[in-house]
Amino acid sequence: MRKLTKLAAAAFCAAAISGPALAQDKIVISNWDGYMPADMLERFTEATGIEAELAVHATNEEIMGKVVAGRGKGYDVVFVSSPFVEALKALGLAAELDHDKLPNLKNLYPEAAQLEYDPDNQVSVPYAWGTTGLCYRSDLVSQTPDSWMDLLRPSDDLKGKVTMLSTDRWLMAAAFLAQEQSVNTTDQGALDAAKDLLVEAKQSLLAYDDTTFYSKLVSGEAWLVQAWDGWCNYGVAENDAIKYVIPEEGSDLWVDAMVITEASENKDAAHAFLNFVLEADNGAWVPANILYKTPNQAAMAALDPALIEQFPNLGMDPETLLAQEQLRDLGDGQRAFSRTVTEVLAAE
Amino acid sequence: MPRSLLRDWILLGPGLTWLALLLVAPCAIVFFFAFFERGVYGGVDYVFGFDNFGRAFDPLYLSIFLKSAKIAGLATLVALLIGYPAAYAIARAAPRRQTVFLVLVMLPFWSNYLIRTYAWIVLLNREGLINQALTALGLINEPLSLLYNEFAVVTGLVYNYLPFVILAIFASISRLNPETLEASEDLGASSVRTFFRVTLPLTIPGVAAGAVFVFVLSIGNFITPDLLGGGRIQMVGNIIYDQFLTARDWPFGATLSMMLIGVMMILLFTQAMVVRRMQGDREGAHA
Repeated sequence: MRKLTKLAAAAFCAAAISGPALAQDKIVISNWDGYMPADMLERFTEATGIEAELAVHATNEEIMGKVVAGRGKGYDVVFVSSPFVEALKALGLAAELDHDKLPNLKNLYPEAAQLEYDPDNQVSVPYAWGTTGLCYRSDLVSQTPDSWMDLLRPSDDLKGKVTMLSTDRWLMAAAFLAQEQSVNTTDQGALDAAKDLLVEAKQSLLAYDDTTFYSKLVSGEAWLVQAWDGWCNYGVAENDAIKYVIPEEGSDLWVDAMVITEASENKDAAHAFLNFVLEADNGAWVPANILYKTPNQAAMAALDPALIEQFPNLGMDPETLLAQEQLRDLGDGQRAFSRTVTEVLAAE
Repeated sequence: MPRSLLRDWILLGPGLTWLALLLVAPCAIVFFFAFFERGVYGGVDYVFGFDNFGRAFDPLYLSIFLKSAKIAGLATLVALLIGYPAAYAIARAAPRRQTVFLVLVMLPFWSNYLIRTYAWIVLLNREGLINQALTALGLINEPLSLLYNEFAVVTGLVYNYLPFVILAIFASISRLNPETLEASEDLGASSVRTFFRVTLPLTIPGVAAGAVFVFVLSIGNFITPDLLGGGRIQMVGNIIYDQFLTARDWPFGATLSMMLIGVMMILLFTQAMVVRRMQGDREGAHA
């Protein structure tokens, strides 16, 4: 899951109060910075004659805030993570996709149409997907980690050398999975049990870290961290003793997807853009450049085997991905959920 | 309208417009949101109520407020202890050197806040420069845990806000009438006594201004606890950030913001009172 630093987000919020200008002859696409090739829009215009403008958001919450506030006006295509697709759909802000205008959907794995948050790609097309697991220094840990408990109740040699993600969903997921709960539960009993385990885990934690955990592994400051698979690869790129594993209790499956806004006045052009992104060559940019997996089968098939050898988690098959529980929007349960997260983060 | 009054309004116009648009209006929106509810999928449901205030007085959030106040208070104290002597030395230095010293005080502001904060991570982490140096000198066997704790957060806050303290106190000391000090010495007071009985009391407004600066900026800070505290230390700024950007509970984030703004207003008001009383005293003394 693409997540730039919170700080960038904060800085950007201030600058981004005004949305992009409305233009009839041009589509506006909002994506995370650096999450697609820099020349993508230029090549799209060359190929289709449609003008496109890029707006950048730093977090899901930021683009969600803007789309909800303006009922989607000013944006044609937005890149968001799966729970947000679900929210946009529920709010009636996501347009129904016309599959006849998306012939390149055939490039996707069949599994890409089986995502619970949006079955049959009614309103969204997945762009990248992956898991959240353990990323570790195989040359430093005394035992190969294989359970969430290795992170939450680390052995003595790991105390003070582990980090966890602080973003609410993944922080809680580590405990939920360890306690055989759903990653989407908001049951008070499950929340309390997870809280107790996470407060205990906090005692042996070096830090909560969403952005630089892989550099902590590289420097040796941390030996075992909770990580998104794609981000673990950034550590592997610098030190091949860094490995990734999905714990035996499983992981979540997160998906970043493209949505056309219901407010778009250029839905045909927006479909053309989605179709363009779905081309094998464009899809192949994702694993080759940002080391994330993409649901684009044609793109993954064309991937250089040397890359999979260097970054084994890029070779994870779609069955394995789909075997993980998909992150869903929490709806009304969010309030109790975030109170629990605050309790954990504020605990001594 | 008299011409001078008209002129005043024209001169004040841009500043007042700026404040109205970018300070008063956003605060009003925050205030407004505080009375509503989060929609199921984020956003705001316009159902009026005081529910959020009840939630905010939950001991959980109050303890975070207290913890933030404690950290901000500690940062203020340390900043004053370092800042006052520094300001005093600069004010007593030769005018030519004063400029150099003041530029040096301001120098950190030439680089970005984030970069300076990351620099502290480079210095303080277990594999960092300070631990490496201490190990090389044979002073420690095990690296010290200098980062991701309260010490690191307070250090970061003091470092970042110290220039404000120095400048505020410097301004106050350099405005001192040298004759008052001479009078004190002529009357036989030692320089230590002169400092505690004359200089310090007369520069309290500067101390108060510097202290309020550090405290107010520290208590709402969320970057330093996040980076130097490793997210292990939550301050009010962090929960407000999380309510707005992670939980998407804008109304509750707005309520917490209102409370924080309230605390800051009380402090600024107190500072203004201190300054006023001091001036009142001095005017009284002249009379």
